[in-house]
Parts: sequence; structure tokens; C-alpha cells
Amino acid sequence: MVDQLNARLRAENVTLRYDQRIVSEELSFAVPDGSFTVLIGPNACGKSTLLRALSGLLRPAAGRVLLDGSDLGGLPAKERARRLALLPQTMTAPEGITVRELVGRGRYAHQRVLRRFSHADEEAVESALAATGTTELADRRADELSGGQRQRAWIAMVLAQETPLVLLDEPTTYLDVAHQIDVLNVLHRLVTRGRTVVAVLHDLNHAARYATHLVAMRDGRIVAEGPPASTVDTGLVTEVFGMPNQVVPDPVTGAPLVVPADTREPRFPGRPHATSRGVPGAVRPPEQGSVGRPTG
Amino acid sequence: MLGTDRRHVAVGVREAAVCAAAALVVATLAVVGLWLGDFPLRVDEVLGVLGGRIGGLTRTVVLEWRLPRVAAAVAFGAALGVAGAIFQTITRNPLASPDIIGLANGSFSGMLIALLLLGGGWHLLMLGSLLGGLLAALAIYLLAYRDGLSGFRFIVVGVGVSSMLAATNTWLLLRADLETALFAAAWGAGSLNTATAEVVWPAAGVVLALLAVTPLWAAALAQLELGDDVAAASGVAVDRSRAILVLIAVALVSAVTTVAGPISFVALAAPQIARRLVRAPGLPLAATAGVGAVLLLGADLVAQHVIPLTVPVGVVTVTLGGGYLLWLLVHEIRRTRWSTS
Repeated sequence: MVDQLNARLRAENVTLRYDQRIVSEELSFAVPDGSFTVLIGPNACGKSTLLRALSGLLRPAAGRVLLDGSDLGGLPAKERARRLALLPQTMTAPEGITVRELVGRGRYAHQRVLRRFSHADEEAVESALAATGTTELADRRADELSGGQRQRAWIAMVLAQETPLVLLDEPTTYLDVAHQIDVLNVLHRLVTRGRTVVAVLHDLNHAARYATHLVAMRDGRIVAEGPPASTVDTGLVTEVFGMPNQVVPDPVTGAPLVVPADTREPRFPGRPHATSRGVPGAVRPPEQGSVGRPTG
Repeated sequence: MLGTDRRHVAVGVREAAVCAAAALVVATLAVVGLWLGDFPLRVDEVLGVLGGRIGGLTRTVVLEWRLPRVAAAVAFGAALGVAGAIFQTITRNPLASPDIIGLANGSFSGMLIALLLLGGGWHLLMLGSLLGGLLAALAIYLLAYRDGLSGFRFIVVGVGVSSMLAATNTWLLLRADLETALFAAAWGAGSLNTATAEVVWPAAGVVLALLAVTPLWAAALAQLELGDDVAAASGVAVDRSRAILVLIAVALVSAVTTVAGPISFVALAAPQIARRLVRAPGLPLAATAGVGAVLLLGADLVAQHVIPLTVPVGVVTVTLGGGYLLWLLVHEIRRTRWSTS
């Protein structure tokens, strides 16, 4: 499925490091065009670092990142930003900025030196507001919004950049589950409209449901990649996260659903947890089928 | 920031209104500055000279004795305000003004070295001041840079460098002979007494040239408010833009410091006052320049004519600045407490 050589965005044998700390060595990776690619892996596995390298924010110490066949490091910043947008993990909203103004800042790469808001800019802002459901919030101050609303405003800013490639570093972290789903649906809609989305996510089940291309990383290496249905299994999750687990079909979509094994310390030594199915007092309930509840 | 949609227009109109008001106040204060002084004049005589209808001694008094000082106050006030706005935006901290992070002390060091070791002369002093400011900025930048520039670290390192330079300056002054030390000390208080035509016009020219190129980088500066990562992702060449903006700010401060010595408070307060007047997100550069000019010209008039004995304008601004700083700290503490609760 991955055409390594024709992908618009790819990394070739890159070594990525901060100061002296090497995160990844000799890493090659291609983002399938038109995919919703999701990077997963434990903390500090190098997924955010890879995303920064793909976005041009981090220059590889060796190797190169190619965008449409040319070295990303050699592209002028504005030229790059017209093709590729990134929502980083940390950003600052200037005090008192309104949502509409914030989204308008996404138009920088399309404007001339002495910035004037053109009609194209205005249309891009309005459609980005509409796509993220923030049109009603447009005249509110960003610092008055809830976390979920603010995150959608930042995503709108990235969308206003109108790039074929959109990269997002943990766009759902710090949001409650309903807002996480809102954000993921926004990204899904982008993919259905033909854009390529790459996101770092922490929630494996969201990753498995939304990704068309899943990338599992550990210790700076890509352990496995491919469509979630053929990629996510108990063995992979154990290998990547070091966590005993079961993988069952998601009752709603049928996508793989990762359920952590019950590794709690028993409240009464020698007895299973009250929540585990089984006869009270029995030392160990019998093994269940693969779709049943996890056992203690 | 001008635009076609309602909100952008509203901010644009507000900023234009603030600029127009500032220009009006500056013009009025300038006439007052040209009018008051040891040589008694009437206001209509001042206006007559400005209109080209009166010549002779009156014209000499207005245009050659008093205008350089007024022009210096306007240009330098604008320069300090814009330099402050640049530093505060880049570090995303309202305390990061050139007088707090030690640029002025660096300029003073450079000037003292030029004066004491190389013998002086205005051109040499100017060069020394400029190099001193640049070197101080470079030292702070390099010491504070670690995988990007954190505003807080920049300020803390700047305060440290500032203290070291102040100590160096004291040591240099102790080695100087009395006359030189007195001259340098008077200059070190920040004063426009030395603002004669000979030195003001070149410095004001430099300031105006720098202010003229600043708008080219205003959009990049506004993007930097969003954080380095967002700015870079949105198409700003962050390191290069920031280096150029710091260079402009340092050159502005050095040009001012060479002629007038370290004048505090204007760079600190003008951007914040302008932002509150315009009610814009971020620091509006044009309005900041206007507010800076009003502040310094007003402070210089107070220093010359309101206080019974003539004091350096730096003394007036530093007094205002103390009060302002206190208010800012209280405001910041309250804001932090609210946002964390």
C-alpha cells in the first residue's frame, strides 16, 4: 500500500537528535498520500520527533526529508508552509486575541510582506471556522474558551493555511473524550476531502478506529506499520508498550480494540477481583474466549 | 494589521485613532518644548518660526537651540518604544525591555571604553556604544539559547549580564579622572541636555531609517507571538527573522543611548500602554512608537520645566518606571493566580 518512492512526504535514512541525545538513527518512512496516518508508541519513543522532522521544524543530523521530491531543509519557509502545516504541542495565544484573528494568523504564508487580508484569506478563514465548528466562537476571545473549543480554534488556524498535508502533534491530549472525538471527526473529514493527515495520538483505540495507516514506534524505530486491522494485535501492543493485553473487535466499528489485561494487585491475596467474572472464593476463574472479559 | 473583515477593520481604525491622537499630543508638546526656556518667547513667535514667517534670533533659538532636543525626544521615544515592543514580543514577556536586560549598560560600557581608553570623539563614542549594545545582546542570546529561546531564561540571563556590566562600568569610572568621570556619570543618568544639533541629526537619521524598515518584519513578529513552533510551521524563518528583529532593536537602543545615555521605562511601558489603548492582541508597533514619543517628550518637559531644578530626563522616567513596574508586577501576579485557579 505504501509507495515509498512516490509519496509526497517521506524521510530517507534520517538521524534525529536534540543536542547530543540521539532519538532515531537511519529511519526511513513515507506518508501514504491521502491517508490518515497515526503515529503511536510509548512516551519518548520518538514519534513527536519524527513528526517535527517531517514538518521541517527539526533538521535531521543525517539523511533528508523530502517534500514533493525536494529536500525540505532547502525550501524557503513560506514555500514549505503553503504545502505542509503543523499543529505543534505547545503554542501561545496572545492575550485578548479573538478566534477569528487567531485563525487568520494561519494565512501568513499566503500573504505579502506588508500584510493585507485578501478575499482568499477571508474565505480560507471562514471555511476553516466552519470545518471545525468554531464559526459561532469567531468573535470570542481565545483565552475565554474551554480547552476543547480552544483546541478546535488552533486546528482551524492550521486548516486556514490550506495545505494538502496537515501534521498534528497530540491534538487530542488534555481534551475530554467527547471533544477528542469531535477533533478526530474534523480530521477524518479532512481526509475524506482529499487531504493527507498525520497525527500523533496516545489513545490506541482512537488510533485504530480513525487511522488508515498506523505506525507503531518504539526506541526511535518503526516496529510495524500498515492498516490498523492487519497491524494491531496482542503481540504488537505487548512489544511496543510492554503491556499485557487482549485485542478484541470494537463492538461499534469492528476495528481492533485494545483492552489492557487486569494487572491490578488483588485486594485479598489469593482471590481474584470482585469485578472479574467467576465464583467468589474460586482461586482462578476458567479461561474465557477471546471476546470475553479479561481475566485476573 | 489592516483587513477587510469587521474585526480587522475595527482594530485598524482603533490603531489609526491612537496614532492620530499621539501625533496631536506630540505636536502640542513639541510646540510647548520649543516655546519654554531661558530665552522668553511667545507661542505665536514659535508658530511664526515654524511657518517660516519669523527669522533672526528667534529663529535661531527655536530651530537651532531647542528643536534638536525636541526632535531627539520624539525620535528616541519612538525608538525605545519599538525596541521594547520587539523584545517583549520575541520573549513573550512584558518585563523584557532593553533597560532591564542590560543593553543600555552594554552601550554604556562600550562608550566608557571608547572614552577612557581610546580618547573619545563623538563618532568613536557612537561606535563604542553600538558595539557595546550588540555585544551585550549577543552574549545574552548565546547564554540563553538552548534548543530555542525561552523568554524567561532570556530575561534572567539579561538581568545577570546587566549587573555584571553595571559593575564593570563602576570599575571603569573609578579608574577615570574626575572630569571624565563626572561627564560620564551625567550621561549615565540618561539626559537630553547633550542633545545638540551636531549629535542629534545623525542619531535621529539612524533611528528613522531603522523605524522605516521595521514594518517589513512586523508580520513575522506577530507570528512569533504564537510560539516559535507555530511561527515556524506557519512559514516564518524563525531564527533569521528573530536575529534581524533583535538587531534592529539593539541598533535602536544603541543609537538612543549614544546620545542620551540609558533612559529607562519608555521601552518597558510604551508597548503595554499602546496595546491597552488599541485593544489589539499583541503589541501594535505604530501606536507604540507614538506612545513612546509622547512619554519621552512629556518626561523631558517635566524634567526641564516642572521640577524647580533641572534634572536629567532619565530621573523622571525612572521614577515613573518604578511605579509602573510595581503595577505591572501586581497585575501579572493577579493574572497568574487567576489562570492557575
